[in-house]
Amino acid sequence: MAGSSSSSIMDNLFQRTLDDLIKSMRLQLLTESSFISKSIEEIRREIKSTDPQTKSTALQKLTYLSSIHGIDMSWASFHVVEVMSSSLFLHKRIGYHAASVSFNDSTPVLLLITNQLRKDLSSTNHFHASLALHCLSTIATLDLARDLTPDIFNLLSSSRVFIRNKAIAVVLRVFDKYPDAVRVCFKRLVENLESSDPKVVIAVIGVFCELSSKDPRSYLPLAPEFYRILVDSKNNWVLIKVLKIFARLAPLEPRLGKRIVEPICEHIRRSGAKSLVFECVRTVITSLSDHESAVKLAVTKIRELLVDQDPNLRYLGLHALSVAAPKHLWAVLENKDAVIKSLDDEDSNIKIESLRLLMAMVSESNVVEISRVLLNYALKSDPEFCNEILGSILTTCGRNLYEIIVDFDWYVSLLGEMTMIPHCQKGEEIENQLIDIGMRVKDARLQLVRVARDLLIDPALLGNVYLHRILCAAAWVAGEYVQLASNPLELIDALVQPRTNLLPPSIRAVYINSVLKVVSFCLECYLDKDEGTSSSHDGELASGRSEMFVVKNDTEAPELVATCEGSTYEQDEGFNPRNSTAESCDEDLSVENDSDRVVTLSSKKNFTHESVVNLLNRIELIFGSLTANQDVEVLERARNIFAFVQLIKAEIIDNSGQNADTVDKKYSQISTVIKSIRDAFSMELGPVSISAQGRVTAPDGLALKENLDDLKAICGDIELPSSVSFYTGGPQFGTTSDASSSNLLKNDESGQSNESTSLLEHRKRHGLYYLASDKSEIVPNDYPPANDPKSNSNINDEADELTKLTEQSVLLKKRTNQMKPRPVVVRLDDGDVAPVPNKRPERRDNSLSGAIKDVLGSETNPSLSQSNPLDKSSTKQKGKKKLGTDLPSEMKENLGDAEKPDPEIPNSSSKNKERRRRGKEKIVEGEESDQKGKKKSSHRHGRRKTHQRANSPLNVVSQTPVIPDFLL
Amino acid sequence: MISAVLVMNTQGKPRLAKFYEFRPVEKQQEIIRNVFAVLCSRPEHVSNFVDAESFFGPDARLVYKHFATLYFVFIFDGSENELAMLDLIQVFVETLDKCFRNVCELDVVFNYSKMHTILDEIIFGGQVLETSSAEVLKAVEEITKLEAASSAINLVPKSVSSWRSR
Repeated sequence: MAGSSSSSIMDNLFQRTLDDLIKSMRLQLLTESSFISKSIEEIRREIKSTDPQTKSTALQKLTYLSSIHGIDMSWASFHVVEVMSSSLFLHKRIGYHAASVSFNDSTPVLLLITNQLRKDLSSTNHFHASLALHCLSTIATLDLARDLTPDIFNLLSSSRVFIRNKAIAVVLRVFDKYPDAVRVCFKRLVENLESSDPKVVIAVIGVFCELSSKDPRSYLPLAPEFYRILVDSKNNWVLIKVLKIFARLAPLEPRLGKRIVEPICEHIRRSGAKSLVFECVRTVITSLSDHESAVKLAVTKIRELLVDQDPNLRYLGLHALSVAAPKHLWAVLENKDAVIKSLDDEDSNIKIESLRLLMAMVSESNVVEISRVLLNYALKSDPEFCNEILGSILTTCGRNLYEIIVDFDWYVSLLGEMTMIPHCQKGEEIENQLIDIGMRVKDARLQLVRVARDLLIDPALLGNVYLHRILCAAAWVAGEYVQLASNPLELIDALVQPRTNLLPPSIRAVYINSVLKVVSFCLECYLDKDEGTSSSHDGELASGRSEMFVVKNDTEAPELVATCEGSTYEQDEGFNPRNSTAESCDEDLSVENDSDRVVTLSSKKNFTHESVVNLLNRIELIFGSLTANQDVEVLERARNIFAFVQLIKAEIIDNSGQNADTVDKKYSQISTVIKSIRDAFSMELGPVSISAQGRVTAPDGLALKENLDDLKAICGDIELPSSVSFYTGGPQFGTTSDASSSNLLKNDESGQSNESTSLLEHRKRHGLYYLASDKSEIVPNDYPPANDPKSNSNINDEADELTKLTEQSVLLKKRTNQMKPRPVVVRLDDGDVAPVPNKRPERRDNSLSGAIKDVLGSETNPSLSQSNPLDKSSTKQKGKKKLGTDLPSEMKENLGDAEKPDPEIPNSSSKNKERRRRGKEKIVEGEESDQKGKKKSSHRHGRRKTHQRANSPLNVVSQTPVIPDFLL
Repeated sequence: MISAVLVMNTQGKPRLAKFYEFRPVEKQQEIIRNVFAVLCSRPEHVSNFVDAESFFGPDARLVYKHFATLYFVFIFDGSENELAMLDLIQVFVETLDKCFRNVCELDVVFNYSKMHTILDEIIFGGQVLETSSAEVLKAVEEITKLEAASSAINLVPKSVSSWRSR
């Protein structure tokens, strides 16, 4: 014993205090981290000391290190409890501080401090009680709150304001953790609203402000109290809090707004405190926006803020404007100059607010101009703000399925322009919108393909990682809508350019797939043309464009030429004018002749035998090298296209130089192949409802909810491949794949014999997890063919579809200069956004509001029973004494009177006779609000609920929070 | 409700960190770093408000004030008024100034405990209870006195007395 106590003396004498610790840390003899770890070692030793002084100093140092330097101190929680229980204030303080810094709901020793807290809460030394309250306000758990509610209840009426207001404030945490405390404490809390001490009022109003943020409706019955404070209080802090409460209550009860609007306007006019005035303005524009004169007053105040020197006020002014914008756009338009000027402010907050306001002003008619201004602005601003601008343009224009966009050609070009802005980092959004517009807006596809072509063809863009997603979308668009492209060959050039190796594999795969689409399209055109030539107009078609018009459209030719010219001018693209002329002409042509089976796009004429062979050669060359690519997606697709091209090429070259008849015959073979491939791509992709999956009924026998835990045991014997994505190891592809990957590759031809045997073995052991085996074993390559030639024999339909499509886009083109009707935007019946799940309020909140409603209900009830002479004398006392405990019986007593609500709160009963009289006059309205209340009475606290059901007809009325009418 | 009060110097070293909801220490340090990154990127003479949603959850706002080498930062939600928070920082700093007579960073560094005492008198569990610096000073003085008294009793440490008695 002597040894241990002497060591603690040594510790005590030579222990470093917190000051010493800080000083030596500042000397920086050691690096900070090594100094801290050394100190922690020291503390770990000291904190075990039996000497309270040593222990508490060690704890203080530890708390400091934890709070300032982020050192974990959860290991010391038991020592914290020890120090808390010291009788010396100095130590106790250190202990409590440490607890509030380090304890949380999962701290095990919390159970040990209940008694200590209780002792300190009831201590005669009010500083001890204050410590305990402070600690509770941050660490109270359900258990602590439940066990200490009586003690806190006592302190709520403490004669010392120092303690009382802290007890009031701690109630917030207690209610949050233990809603039943409401039944005990609420009444007393409300009484404190009446207090003459401003500090107490600050505390209570603060608590109600927080409470009302979660469930404002429950506090409607207290509106008269709040109103009194709004009118009488001189304390700005309290007024601000009351305004916050009213801002939440007013939307729930229209009559409330009428009452409070005048006092609020009075504050706006009279008060010199900017904070109060701003709060009034905010309350008016958020919650009293129907009161015109008040809004006008508020807007004049906002204007004053907007031109103030102080950037804070300017910022808040803009902020207030943007709150007002949805309902009072005129307020924004009135201050347009100030808003636009703010776009140049050096303060980024102000810039962003002003941007938001500008976007709020955007409408169908001015979206083009505003976007133009902003885009120019984005070009010269810093990257961060530039993207802020782009982001807000994208969200505004994309809102509600491009609601404000009329001219989609313009918008698609705008998206292209955004991509070209050097700082652009909005790849993902632009990608989504490009694809989304492609799928939803048929009429925009032509322009979309043009924009995509411009993006794809620019090698510089490939170097910018932020744009890769956009390029991905562009590649998809180019492939999907290739039939609208002016020059497919050019697209292929763009898609296979060498710099595409800068793209990540996933996007490269999209590029390759698009190449397949474009190539198959080119081949189809080539074959169609060949068919056409061999069947009828052999010589004429080869000779040239103009002749073709004449030949094919002898009747309509003159008119067509005119349309041609018209549309040429409308095309703003800078590239090869001849080409685009031809293109648009031909589109018109095809439109006017839907009866023509042959699609006559200009591009098609470019496909001579030679050019096709060249094309195939090039693709073979490029994709030949890709077949050794490391990424599975790229490799797989490159192989597909490589094999496809080889197949086609062989036939085409074989048949060169033979006469027309045989060509026709032989080509029919590959034309079936190509048609099947085209058909596979011809199915138009549309937007898919987000709830689509849910509407598919699961087939019988599909067990979705089966517990697959035992899979773990099965997979235990399988070594999972180390990398997440499946990279093939180049040439030794087959040998490296293990059992699990062979699972994936089970139908793969490259699967080797040893794999299949292990697979079989695995299957034998765990047959449960395999599909029924009969089919897949007998025909291992029984993969459904990509498409069934039988079902897709209607080539005509496709051509018709195409012509219709071009028709629409051309019609659109023709009318550009007139008022262009907004194109159809595909919209799904059940909405495109994820259904917002019914927000189920947390049980805790629910029970809290339920409890508060109960208590407030009981509070108004005594007054309801006023006409009952027997009750009258007793209710007030009862309300105070037995609050909550015998609520049901009180309800029963009141049943008889429920139909005559005399809306008077006991607290304010003697205050204003005139008010009461007015209340009686308005009884009808009061009942109305009862009706409203009835609806929401469904979520009520457990015990009460059953009781309520038993007596439902009358009780409902008596329990609903009656809004005292004298206010309303 | 106020969710945190931070004081840090212009190099990003925290001098006071008070969180009114429990957060693990690593998270606290991350928040301090994030706040500093935002503050030091802002030029002088711009507004004192910063959107704190990115690092403090929804509806979080931040008000800061720059005094000499220190940033005073309050993080709060929609139940507080921005300008009132700015005033509250002023009250806090005024109180410190009166308490330490021309407060400087060193005072803040070496008076960890007292800083908390002062702050606790103004803000209780995230709610503002006192907005007058005179009242705060009065309470803080009493607490300091009480602390001094309890340590005076302690001049002869218990361990010594127990050792003697043995």
